[in-house]
Amino acid sequence: MSDIALPDSALRRRAPTRLASVAADWLTMVGRSMRLALRTPDGLLTSLLLPVLLMLLFVYLFGGAIQTGTRYVTYVVPGVLLLSAGFGAASTAVSVSQDLSGGIIDRFRSLDVGGAAILAGHVAASVARNLVSTVLVFGVAFLIGFRPSAGPLDWLAAGGVLLLFILAISWLSAAVGVLARSPEAAGGFVFLMAFLPYPSSAFVPIDTMPTWIHGFAEHQPVTPAIESIRGLLLDLPVGNSPWLSVAWSVGLLVASVALSGVLFRRRTA
Amino acid sequence: MADELAIEASGLEKSYGKVKVLRGVDLRVERGSVFALLGPNGAGKTTTVRILSTLIRADGGQARVAGFDVRDRRRVRRAISLTGQFAAVDDLQTGEENLRMMGRLSRLPRAQARRRARELLEQFDLADAGDRRVATWSGGMRRRLDLAAGLVGRPSVIFLDEPTTGLDPRGRQAVWQVITGLAGSGVTVFLTTQYLEEADRLADRIALIDGGRVVAEGTPAELKRRIADQRLELVLADAAAFQDVVRAVDGRAVHSDPGRLTIGVATDGSAAQVRALLDEVDPGRRAVRTFAVRSATLDDVFLALTGRGAGRPEDEKEPEDEKEKETADV
Repeated sequence: MSDIALPDSALRRRAPTRLASVAADWLTMVGRSMRLALRTPDGLLTSLLLPVLLMLLFVYLFGGAIQTGTRYVTYVVPGVLLLSAGFGAASTAVSVSQDLSGGIIDRFRSLDVGGAAILAGHVAASVARNLVSTVLVFGVAFLIGFRPSAGPLDWLAAGGVLLLFILAISWLSAAVGVLARSPEAAGGFVFLMAFLPYPSSAFVPIDTMPTWIHGFAEHQPVTPAIESIRGLLLDLPVGNSPWLSVAWSVGLLVASVALSGVLFRRRTA
Repeated sequence: MADELAIEASGLEKSYGKVKVLRGVDLRVERGSVFALLGPNGAGKTTTVRILSTLIRADGGQARVAGFDVRDRRRVRRAISLTGQFAAVDDLQTGEENLRMMGRLSRLPRAQARRRARELLEQFDLADAGDRRVATWSGGMRRRLDLAAGLVGRPSVIFLDEPTTGLDPRGRQAVWQVITGLAGSGVTVFLTTQYLEEADRLADRIALIDGGRVVAEGTPAELKRRIADQRLELVLADAAAFQDVVRAVDGRAVHSDPGRLTIGVATDGSAAQVRALLDEVDPGRRAVRTFAVRSATLDDVFLALTGRGAGRPEDEKEPEDEKEKETADV
């Protein structure tokens, strides 16, 4: 074994530009995060099946009792999409926290892999995972009678709003993952995010809720996202909801990226 | 050449809150050598490694690694690798995937990363398990993979933080073999350990660290001359005999315990020397009741050099203590 680390000119490390190496590291980290996600079958099943099960639950068990003025499946699909997005994205907090509490983070850092590449790898995997579960929810929704009346542009806009929301929540979760002391603590955030869509117009119209919660329900980030996706898909007037939603998501995204950077540096200093 | 030294540190200081973990650590490690930082839990070993491998900044002092100031993190990182106390591999990836990932992160092109991964699996006797997930591997195999992961990018300085802690004897042997293989290949190995035997077997030079300070430094032979690698353990007949022998030994005692009537004296372990020592300290042949020759332990080393035992709880603990406990059951 005496030749284990003989210097070999053919194997000299490349010295690319900073940006190129960050991008390359990021791609490597995305691949890693995706592999890890695909090989956690219970987590994967939960994030894919739970939204579908919740939708069936709402449509068939609760739906009969909820008056929304349209068929309930039509009303509830955007809510289920947002619920699954929040829930799926929030699990990013757990995977980030696992990385930071293990030994691998020191190795990554000693290889000069920056926090941005590590966190963005998790975020990209989260977005990919969520897109799959979104497609799944749409597929099952069609099977049980969801008939949107949107044109291609509306679909595109709704997809954009949703994608941005998922991206923002994923980065927020990454920041929470850096902040959390343990993966278990980070798991608490998943729980919280799974509840955020309930006090919104996701499942029942806000005006059926007690008045004291109206303020929160109307002004939390989930509501404009749901209102715009619902409006765009059903060809209803959306008012300024899409812009409000985009503003929320971009704001959350910028704040989360900045926050996670600061937290990462502090945690690993 | 200005850079005959792979690692050069002077006056390193680090505190966590009010706890001073390092109180001025000086180190000089020659290029291509194996250097062991030997010390008990909480002595400052991990903190030193983390500073030298750029993971944390020192509060005071200077350090150069592979020719670069450690504050120039990027350049230092491109020349080093760190294998810490925690296994730094993904259980859910296969051995080959782990190594390829490290290769890519070491900026190797894809094809070279793959070749290098196979090469290392072969060299570390892991080729058969290479396409199985690491979760199914034994602790010793994981540790070997961990070491291999540290070599993917062909670093010129390799930091190994307690590479054998928590391993069974076979696993330890395998790791020692790897490190012996590295020695003489041009890379510099900086390892920390709690085991004198390990430092003795592997290192060209050893620094003893205690309470955040280097208390002794030298080749294993030099250190052993100072502390004696064997000791003659005497059990005395009574308190009067104890006093007599303490006087006869005259400061050469490694330790003495009036309560249990025991005295330890440094020896090379040879029959001739033991016989001569016994005759010298006990000319009347009545004072010494029994004796035994024992290998010096880390405890003896610290006793000899610091006047107190290595394993003894200190009033100051550094944060790495908790980590070290967790590692034990990995």
